[in-house]
Amino acid sequence: MIGTNRYIGSPVERIEDLRFLRGRGEFVGDLKSQGMLHAAILRSPIAHGRIRGLDSAAARAIPGVRDVIAAAEIGAVPTIPLRLLPLPGTERFLQPVIATGRLRYVGEPIAVVLADSAALAEDGVGALILDLEELPPVADRRASGRHEILLFEESGTNLAMTFTGVLGDAEAAFRDAPYVRRECFEVQRHTALPMEPRGLLAEWDSTQQRMTVLGAAKVPFFNRDTLAAMLGLAPASVDLIENDVGGGFGARGEFYPEDFLIPFAARHVGRPVRWLEDRREHLTAMNHARQADCEVEIACRRDGTILGMRGEIFVDLGAYVRTNGLIQPRTLAQCFSGPYRVPNLHMVVRALLTNKTPSGTYRGPGRYEASFFCERLIELAAVDLGLDSAEMRRRNLIGAAEMPYKLARLEPGGAAVDTECDSGDYGEVLERCLAEFAWEEKRTLQGRLIDGRYHGIAVACFIEGAGAGPKEAARLELEPDGTVAVYVGSAAVGQGLETVMAQVASDTLGMPIDLVRVFHGSTPYLNEGYGAFASRSTVLGGSAVYEGAKSLLEKIRGAAAARLGGPPDDIELVDGRARTRDGRSLSFADLAADGLRVDAMFQNNNKLTYTYGSAVAHVAVDLGTGQVEVLDFLVVEDVGRIVNPLTLHGQAIGGVVQGLGGAFMENLVYDANGQLLTGTLADYLIPTASDFPRIRAIALENHPSPSNPLGVKGAGEGPIIPVGGLMANAVGNALASFGAMPNQLPLSPARVWRMGAEAPMENLGKNARAEPVSDAAGPGRSQIRR
Amino acid sequence: MQVNFKLNGTPVVVDVEPRMHLADCLRDELRQTGTHLGCEHGACGACTVIVDGAAVRACLMLAVQVEGSSIVTVEGLSTEEALTPLQTAFRKHHALQCGFCTPGMLTTAHALLTDEPDADGDRIRAVLSGNLCRCTGYIPIVDAVLDARAAYRKSDKR
Ligand code: FES
Ligand code: FES
Repeated sequence: MIGTNRYIGSPVERIEDLRFLRGRGEFVGDLKSQGMLHAAILRSPIAHGRIRGLDSAAARAIPGVRDVIAAAEIGAVPTIPLRLLPLPGTERFLQPVIATGRLRYVGEPIAVVLADSAALAEDGVGALILDLEELPPVADRRASGRHEILLFEESGTNLAMTFTGVLGDAEAAFRDAPYVRRECFEVQRHTALPMEPRGLLAEWDSTQQRMTVLGAAKVPFFNRDTLAAMLGLAPASVDLIENDVGGGFGARGEFYPEDFLIPFAARHVGRPVRWLEDRREHLTAMNHARQADCEVEIACRRDGTILGMRGEIFVDLGAYVRTNGLIQPRTLAQCFSGPYRVPNLHMVVRALLTNKTPSGTYRGPGRYEASFFCERLIELAAVDLGLDSAEMRRRNLIGAAEMPYKLARLEPGGAAVDTECDSGDYGEVLERCLAEFAWEEKRTLQGRLIDGRYHGIAVACFIEGAGAGPKEAARLELEPDGTVAVYVGSAAVGQGLETVMAQVASDTLGMPIDLVRVFHGSTPYLNEGYGAFASRSTVLGGSAVYEGAKSLLEKIRGAAAARLGGPPDDIELVDGRARTRDGRSLSFADLAADGLRVDAMFQNNNKLTYTYGSAVAHVAVDLGTGQVEVLDFLVVEDVGRIVNPLTLHGQAIGGVVQGLGGAFMENLVYDANGQLLTGTLADYLIPTASDFPRIRAIALENHPSPSNPLGVKGAGEGPIIPVGGLMANAVGNALASFGAMPNQLPLSPARVWRMGAEAPMENLGKNARAEPVSDAAGPGRSQIRR
Repeated sequence: MQVNFKLNGTPVVVDVEPRMHLADCLRDELRQTGTHLGCEHGACGACTVIVDGAAVRACLMLAVQVEGSSIVTVEGLSTEEALTPLQTAFRKHHALQCGFCTPGMLTTAHALLTDEPDADGDRIRAVLSGNLCRCTGYIPIVDAVLDARAAYRKSDKR
């Protein structure tokens, strides 16, 4: 099927690198347009209140300030629709593209100032005078759940949505279980933080009545349709252009207020307008993520077999429901149990509104949090029951013979009621991971004090549901110079898409990779496209390119046969030439005159692929400083089929380090007034080059996906998923002799230090191995019925 | 105000407002957009350029301060024909994904290896810890810089 090339599976060096390494990438901030104005945005300085007045006279008086746009200039202010899970009831909590009176979070846009330079636009923002009425803020989800202060009075509630995940009969399972344990856990608010802040450059062509917006990413086609509707234009009159994108991780490229405001401003003043977000803005404007806490229970047999899990989870959603804001709570309800066989499950997730920046997806949305909760529960049960951590997981992983395995049913579910693990052997990957790590040897280190630090190890398993549908488009065209142009509806957000798509196309076409050129992510290329979310580009976009390349080969054969005579099946395609049996040939360049072009669409009917893996880690904890050093971290995953081992490995290592940031340092801290205290990169800490130098990743391709022709499964989100739970369990095991309960992230130095400092006196300095806590008197609320 | 300096070997004259920082001057006035801005408050290192041999954050320096200096940006590292050994090592080790932090990583590492071609892994990590990357997890970047050391040693022994 595939030609004689071997690009797929090879560590092909990236095409993109050549321009990036020379400083020739074209990010949106690098672009200028003739006559362009610069935009700066006045944002709410308070968490909750009302705008009584906005005086723009002083701002307008600044030479070089050209216009000020607020709600009044816009007229009927549109709200931003949900891209995913637009469930009934959510329409009450959508974000208006600009504040219309009520202010609900620090950072909410109030006015746009347009000026001759960015500095002048910022001067203009500084000169705007706001008259505000402050309201008491809803500072956290507990206050929200009391419904005393409401963000939307008309709705009568702060509860944006409740999801329930159900499998079997949890109540019965818990009633009869010999062992149950209940705990509370919490994951802090953090964010994707791509290194390039957002930016947009909008150009309005008044004669053609066309809008062009540069700086698109992730889902340009959905955003084009959304913007067109808001501006009262036909989708065909709006083009969204994707340039180089400095990282996405789920957050960039969703439809934000600015995605309306900047194009609107360009049309309003009849000049191109560019807006570049600064970092402080970014930290209050771009989606936050992850904040959730829970009270959950596990029920087991005495041998560790899990009988059930149940409980209640609360998501602090922020001030509005944004485009993909419900994915995290949905996933927490549906995928709480990850790769484990939990026959009875009942998980209720309540997403509550607070006066904070709205949240959305960040790499492994909901799964990172769910994995932390679930792995902590399993670890505590293993300790209580006197089982080795690895053995506990071994006993409970979904077996290869149980595939496909249905996960919990979701209520309300919309299109995503049911999902199932598609294929694979989860245990195989766990064993490989344990063997590479030498688990049995390292177990002897558990809880030991060596050279002043306590050592701990842990293991976790995960699944990554990826490649969300419904479909993806590709077009392939033979060009007059004999190259093939590949247009894909997938979007690039820095993940190496061009190279991966070129690998698939050139292998299928049997052409050298430098004769294939990939174009992506911009709406003029194709009629429809779906974009880059849920690790779907290789799965769906790659499959569309593969199908398109096969059809193009047929067309080339047909055209050559028509010109050279003989049946198409006798035409051989080698090295960019079409050849008959008797040796007459035409080059692809000659054939291009026939206008050879195919449009392909790959559909997977919304069937997710499930990549799966295991991770192990070894940490050393210094109780003098609260510092945790990650001495070894290994993740092994089976991705079905590897297209580019170089980029795949990069995704794995990068994902793990992001996950470690979430486990140890990243934290968006708000005070009681709803003010963000971590508004710079000096306060919001992410990992640096010296923090986590020892991470290993292994990718396997033992079980190709049955649902697409390439056999690939989505990759890129998996390795981040287990990191929080894994680190908490490793630290918990290291400090077991102190009765440490690392049930909250991040495991900041202060928090870890307290685990030692606040331990009961008799435990201090005791160099003990973790003793199984085997009765109800132990920490937490476990009980073993004898 | 008028400022004169050398940019990648070529003398330039620019007229700037006193409040303009060097990165804006390079990017907007001179259209050398390889130097990126990730924070504009000295925390991310994306804007690192080499001023008279030292790696400097162009967002923390005013354009008017570089009068008479010699500045190298990412655009000045390689020729049209070939990547430098450091750039080649970055590509080989997949030390970049989105490429946004890359110019700052390259200039920082270039300045380091020019002074200390024998820098070890710890030293490289310590110096690069002032440059944030959200994609790679840093490990391939450190590997690439380690790998490029040989080329800096050779060019040292003239
Ligand atoms: S932009 Fe200069 S350090 Fe971040
Ligand atoms: S490669 Fe994306 S930030 Fe470093």
